[in-house]
Amino acid sequence: MLNITDLATDTQAIAHKLGIEKFDIYGSSVDETSVQVDQGKPKQVKASNRAGVTVRVWNADQSMGITSTTDIHSLGIELALKTAQEASLFGVKEHVPDFSPEAMVAITTKSDEMADQAPVSALIENLVKAEKALLSAHPAIKDVPYNGLAQRDVERFYLNSDGAIRNEARSYTSLYLYSKTREAGKKPRSAGAYRISRSLDQLDIESCLKEAAEKTISHLNYQKVKSGKYTVVFSPEAFLSLLGAFSNLFNAQNVLDKQSLSTPESLRTQIATSLLSVYDDALHPANVAAETFDGEGTPTRRVSLVANGTLNSFLHSAGTAKRLNAQPTGHANTGAKVTVGSHFYHVLPGVAAEQSYSLADAEDVILIDDLKALHAGVKALQGSFSLPFDGWLVRHGKLTSIESATVAGDFLELLRSIIFVEPEAEMTPAGVCPRIWIDKLSITGE
Amino acid sequence: MTLSMPSSALLVSRELPALQYTSTPDRFDETWEAPLSTLLGLGRAAGADFIEFFLERVNYISCLAEDDVITSLSPRLSTGAGVRVFCGKADCYVSTNDLSFSGLRAALEKGLSIMGLQLPVPNAYVPEINLELLRDYAMEKGKEVWLLECSSMREMGEVLLAANAQLETKATHVQSRRAVYFRDWQEVLIAASDGTFARDIRLTQSVGYNLLCADGAHRSSISKRAGDTSDPSFLRVWNYSLDAEEVAESAGKMLYADYVESGTYPVVMANHFGGVIFHEACGHLLETTQIERRTSPFSERKGEKIAHESLTAWDEGLSPTAFGTIDMDDEGMPAQRTLLIENGVLKNFLADRAGSLRTGHPRTGSGRRQNYTYAAASRMRNTYIAAGEHSLDNLFASIDKGIYCKKMGGGSVGATGQFNFGVDEAYLIEQGRITKPLKGATLIGEATEIMNKVSLCSKDLDLAAGFCGSVSGSVYVTVGQPHIKVDSITVGGR
Repeated sequence: MLNITDLATDTQAIAHKLGIEKFDIYGSSVDETSVQVDQGKPKQVKASNRAGVTVRVWNADQSMGITSTTDIHSLGIELALKTAQEASLFGVKEHVPDFSPEAMVAITTKSDEMADQAPVSALIENLVKAEKALLSAHPAIKDVPYNGLAQRDVERFYLNSDGAIRNEARSYTSLYLYSKTREAGKKPRSAGAYRISRSLDQLDIESCLKEAAEKTISHLNYQKVKSGKYTVVFSPEAFLSLLGAFSNLFNAQNVLDKQSLSTPESLRTQIATSLLSVYDDALHPANVAAETFDGEGTPTRRVSLVANGTLNSFLHSAGTAKRLNAQPTGHANTGAKVTVGSHFYHVLPGVAAEQSYSLADAEDVILIDDLKALHAGVKALQGSFSLPFDGWLVRHGKLTSIESATVAGDFLELLRSIIFVEPEAEMTPAGVCPRIWIDKLSITGE
Repeated sequence: MTLSMPSSALLVSRELPALQYTSTPDRFDETWEAPLSTLLGLGRAAGADFIEFFLERVNYISCLAEDDVITSLSPRLSTGAGVRVFCGKADCYVSTNDLSFSGLRAALEKGLSIMGLQLPVPNAYVPEINLELLRDYAMEKGKEVWLLECSSMREMGEVLLAANAQLETKATHVQSRRAVYFRDWQEVLIAASDGTFARDIRLTQSVGYNLLCADGAHRSSISKRAGDTSDPSFLRVWNYSLDAEEVAESAGKMLYADYVESGTYPVVMANHFGGVIFHEACGHLLETTQIERRTSPFSERKGEKIAHESLTAWDEGLSPTAFGTIDMDDEGMPAQRTLLIENGVLKNFLADRAGSLRTGHPRTGSGRRQNYTYAAASRMRNTYIAAGEHSLDNLFASIDKGIYCKKMGGGSVGATGQFNFGVDEAYLIEQGRITKPLKGATLIGEATEIMNKVSLCSKDLDLAAGFCGSVSGSVYVTVGQPHIKVDSITVGGR
């Protein structure tokens, strides 16, 4: 573990020697181990112990420069401060990033949640067992080509020359299982599941196994779907991944850079049907990887983004909040240009729906379980998407796997076409979300 | 001839703490031979079958101009090492930031313990690992001065601002203009228990534009990027005027484009970045990483016809200045030129050390990784479909109604061999002629099927810089092809 107090003292002394009066440092250290297995044997085990910091330096003209380094010894910090000092000569002259006004506000949230790391042998043993169970779940499941069990201790810190000092440490353990089928005369089918928890002891391996097996088996009997417009139901994972791909909608820095589907004037306008509400909630109890402060030291919090379909707030850094006359929200990532990013979405119903829907009596509805290749099929600045997906055609409550198809549309239109937000939410690693029903989306099949 | 015993006795493990290694701290040179040789010997004495150390030092900087302001100048300095330990075909990989002898030894010890091995007892002899004379590509090819000769921070800013100003004069309905540049200088040293001892310096640079245009509800965004691996003056000689013109023209055409109607069409795919289709739909499936996972449909098909007879494809690390060019891979093996497919017949796979060990396919100098935190894996370098014999007119003339994919976006291939690509700039082909711009297209299909549908290749092979993400992180690659005709492919749209 890093000694943050010593690092702060050392950095202060080096900065003084270099004539630097104003600086801040954001950094982290990671101690992680991961295993993969193949047909009952360990395939590769990885371990890593590393640290990195980003230093920002303000010069006499108040321009800011930055440098990142993995060398956190005195010489490394000195070189980083010198390089940042040089870079500050070319820093922006307007809207210069500054310390967050909330960098020294007290944080009451529990900041350390550590667990003892399990021995590597226990990781391998558990993963071998999981692989074996998945292979025996159905005769068609012949491989688990992608699998992994990883544990990670992460310590983060932020400090600045005004005396702000924050740090926190957390442990996580994660598991993914992705199985693939082989059957004579049929195309290979695949599906997977993912779980994350504080420690190996708390990891729900059984439910991960069950989900991976059930999903894979459900895709064994597949058929083509006719191209056309369908009512589409997004699974929690699928809707959250689409929301994440179009997060520029809520991102204040993107708004200021004109790289967003929103403008400053979009606030308080209706962007979705009134059935939808969305929060970003870093501190949600389901968020195992919660962070209590952002890259500028601002405390994280629950932020209402969409309330009953109305765009309620943007996600802010200290700088965007100042420019848009708002409060920082704890979403800054430090850098020469501070960026903004979401933490953990919480999607829930807005106003009560006049009509409710159920898959049990659905007729010709497409249920999308998993959207693929978002990096290729999403045009975030245009608002459009065209994405392959794993899913089922639902007819009289019966699910039939779809062989190969894409879903396409415009994200803003999609938000305005929500016809139902189911009441029961699911906890996922990316957020909490129920199934979302959309009216008339384009599906390309055959 | 007479033989004599070596003058010095073998090292005993209890003597290790007393050893004073003085390796050059800011350069990987011959002074690293002694500590690495000792550590490799320790690993072998512990019972490992094979040990490899990968040491890395990085000096990276990126610069971003938004409209008429430099908004980001971000240097990054990084050092680290990874040690890979093999017992039979199983292996583990441990990485650390600590390049001191004790830091590297701690990483080795952790790797050995993961494999169920222990450092030798105090009285054990440490086998001597005789490394080859340092194979120093940096010295041999005059790369030592590269970093000093690159553009300064000031020059980066000046060039990008001038480039963005040029874009303003060429484009209409501009919402935002971005010019981006990065320089990635990397020094690597590899030492392995088979005697490998090699050093290289790599200089990778990239520069390009992102242009967003908007007119009411109509939006278009176009990017263009160039890359280089050996010219410190790359940014200085960037012909931004030409690129600005091309980007502005594409964005203007796409601004009012209609959405593509979904369906199955014959498609002409442009050269240059159009090569991403081969990279995703076939290239990844020829990596031993995929063979090991049994996720490649081509695993057992070496020597068989897997593509249309018009298709020949290569992967190599030798093309001067290309984005995927390397003098040696990240396992110290010199780069090669690997024939993947010849007239439709599968000739070779791409193999790294572990992939070769596990699949039996010979190594091809393809062991690559993003940085020291990743073990090397079989990865592509410069991958392209070879030029054919047809003229571009022949390709268009063969299509009554189809799609011309002029600029591809990214793509991916899944575990079942299904691939997909986004298309950034597309046009409708009617009666052999381009008629109108189209947007929102995604190409989807099966790798095994699409390669048999590449029926015509033109003569205009061109390469493009790209980034490829996979098991060993993001690596710099080249994709390429001439214009090709695909007889039919599913196009996702509206």
